Amino acid sequence: MSALKIKKGASSHSAYDLRDPNLEIIETHTLAVVVDNEAGVLARVIGLFAGRGYNIESLTVAEIDHKGHLSRITVVTRGTRAVIEQIKAQLGRLVPVHQVNDLTVEGPSVERELSLFKVAGTGEKRVEALRLADIFRANVVDSTLESFVFEITGTPEKIDAFADLMRPLGLTDVARTGVAALSRGG
Amino acid sequence: MVVEALKDHGVDVVFGYPGGAVLPIYDEIFLQNDIRHVTVRHEQGAVHMAEGYARSTGKPGVVLVTSGPGATNAVTGLTDALMDSIPVVVLTGQVPTFMIGTDGFQEADTVGITRPCTKHNWLVKETDKLAGTLHEAFHVATSGRPGPVLVDIPKDVQFADGLYTAPDEAIPSHYQPTVKGDPAAIEALAALMEKAQRPVFYTGGGVINSGPEASRLLRELAEKTGFPVTSTLMGLGAYPASGRNWIGMLGMHGLYEANLAMHGCDLMINVGARFDDRITGRIADFSPKSKKAHIDIDPSSINKVIHVDIPIVGDVANVLADLLAAWEARGSKLNQAGLAKWWSQIEQWKLKKCLQYNNSDKVIKPQYALERLEALTRDRDRYITTEVGQHQMWAAQYLTFEDPNRWMTSGGLGTMGYGLPASIGVQVAHPEALVINVAGEASWLMNMQEMGTAIQFRAPVKQFILNNERLGMVRQWQQLLHGERYSQSWSESLPDFAKLAEAFGCKGIRCADPKHLDEAIMEMLDYDGPVIFDCLVEKHENCYPMIPSGKPHNEMLLGDTGAEDAIGAKGAVLV
Ligand SMILES: Cc1ncc(C[n+]2csc(CCOP(=O)(O)OP(=O)(O)O)c2C)c(N)n1
Ligand SMILES: [Mg+2]
Repeated sequence: MSALKIKKGASSHSAYDLRDPNLEIIETHTLAVVVDNEAGVLARVIGLFAGRGYNIESLTVAEIDHKGHLSRITVVTRGTRAVIEQIKAQLGRLVPVHQVNDLTVEGPSVERELSLFKVAGTGEKRVEALRLADIFRANVVDSTLESFVFEITGTPEKIDAFADLMRPLGLTDVARTGVAALSRGG
Repeated sequence: MVVEALKDHGVDVVFGYPGGAVLPIYDEIFLQNDIRHVTVRHEQGAVHMAEGYARSTGKPGVVLVTSGPGATNAVTGLTDALMDSIPVVVLTGQVPTFMIGTDGFQEADTVGITRPCTKHNWLVKETDKLAGTLHEAFHVATSGRPGPVLVDIPKDVQFADGLYTAPDEAIPSHYQPTVKGDPAAIEALAALMEKAQRPVFYTGGGVINSGPEASRLLRELAEKTGFPVTSTLMGLGAYPASGRNWIGMLGMHGLYEANLAMHGCDLMINVGARFDDRITGRIADFSPKSKKAHIDIDPSSINKVIHVDIPIVGDVANVLADLLAAWEARGSKLNQAGLAKWWSQIEQWKLKKCLQYNNSDKVIKPQYALERLEALTRDRDRYITTEVGQHQMWAAQYLTFEDPNRWMTSGGLGTMGYGLPASIGVQVAHPEALVINVAGEASWLMNMQEMGTAIQFRAPVKQFILNNERLGMVRQWQQLLHGERYSQSWSESLPDFAKLAEAFGCKGIRCADPKHLDEAIMEMLDYDGPVIFDCLVEKHENCYPMIPSGKPHNEMLLGDTGAEDAIGAKGAVLV
């Protein structure tokens, strides 16, 4: 018996349908996840993203309720609307997860990120760096004759903008915390 | 303390294998008589046995293995149980807490390795937390969408004396999945049912997992509405094969009428199934004209693959009871004219007789072997397990299931080597029943060491091997989709299975002649003990119907001959 004439290029030569069924618009969402502060919980969340091929743009985690052993993970992720919904559902079914909130869609929220920028330089560049830092309300937290360390807090966009300005002025190191976010109002 | 907790959870049998890091628990087992211990030959076998036990009883299966290699050997079983949502509790030994992280002898990062293949897992570092964690483990394994859990217990934690709290004194778990469906969504579905002209119940393993009440309600709902019922591989038996609404299994090797009903329906009611890729075929062409409702206890199953119109998160039994009540409260209305037309269309499709095959009087066709097995065992108290491959699909097609929990097969993971140990687990749970593993010779070899377990623990399992001397399913794909390049799909150097039976100390039967098949099957059934039945079958038989991957339901292949036509005749079979 001869081989069947199944069109090449389609996925019929694979055991799986290899084409992405949802080629749609990509959105960025900030998710707040309240979890039991137990061993391995962060690995579980990260493993979920890695194992299912989801993106992590930034991730912060810290204990928020010592008595209740609860931590809050804030994760910024990108995907189509369907993928974002799936990420939330997958997070929700992890046993140590208490609550998942999508701050991007659940009403207004505030997002802040803290970062440290080391800028090295002398003369004109050094003065210009200090001037721009002032405009951005960045604080000088360390200074030598050849360098500053600035501390800046703001939205990720503000910090990106600051980074763009500092780069030609001698930016050598950046440390960013990733986004912390809360919904606004009561 | 571990054994005490197991007793408190009603555990009567543990499948396990000892080793250094679990010796204190084995001591506890030695000193009591309430819990039976089935000693396996390989830890993978222990997990599959626990799965067989769980699927045939609805109770969680329990496994006890040692650290390091004991734990890593359990990984395939855990993944299998995760994919098929089977409640299994695995206890592993671990090096003492003060040695963790030192690459101690037989140390492995068990919770790390098993994190993605369990529903949840725990490393218990304090003896006082052991009892509570074990209770939580049983709770998590069995509530919501069931699944495997693992508790890793360092040896010093096993040795130390600690406080035992009984399950009813334990702190209630925050893990409490939604079990009641949203009444508004249920009402909306009831309204659609009244108008539907071409409805279909698409049922899955969730009906079985929900328990016998879910199967009973499904039958009642089907009876009262007259809607046709199809099922995934995982859901066979929830609705009886002899039921008048039954239209057979759907999916890649499902029946013509079932797949076309899925393709052409105007209302699809998914009850505890998950739109797996073996079911949907090409997503873009999946059931294009239907409104879809999806009942599932796991919110992440909903809208994962297929967008649905009415999502209902809840336990199948609860939702079906509420759905039935809602539909009856609205007056039990139906679109009778539409339904009559729909059924006559389905009857038309049935005339294709898609399971027909060319029989032979010289060689045993695998389909024939299963037809005879079915005929000779139908009336018995029968449980079926399978391995993975063509034989598995033929078993699903040619055997019939009247009740839930009678059919155990590796669906999601497709684990060759599942069937033999699973059959032992089923037999341990049902010592008097007839338990048959429908096997392929290649799969069966993957865990054949468990034959020793069957004999030691007097589990009279029947290993019905459809021996085509081929990795049949692989060969079929290579024939149809890879230009007949049969790369490594032969079963070379096979043992003489009948002699192997003798070597293990059980009965071996070999049959190659269709004329002697009935007699040989009867000999297997009449033998009071385990049997390895080497059924030499046609080597190049293909399994049809088949929806090639990435093809829609209406582009099904029905046989070697009409195969090319079926692909060309796109649309001819559309409703
Ligand atoms: C552990 C594992 N390895 C590989 C596969 C891929 N596979 C699927 S079916 C199959 C052949 C099975 O052969 P056999 O058990 O003889 O069954 P048959 O198809 O011949 O009935 C293989 C290799 C698998 N499913 N599981
Ligand atoms: Mg074979």
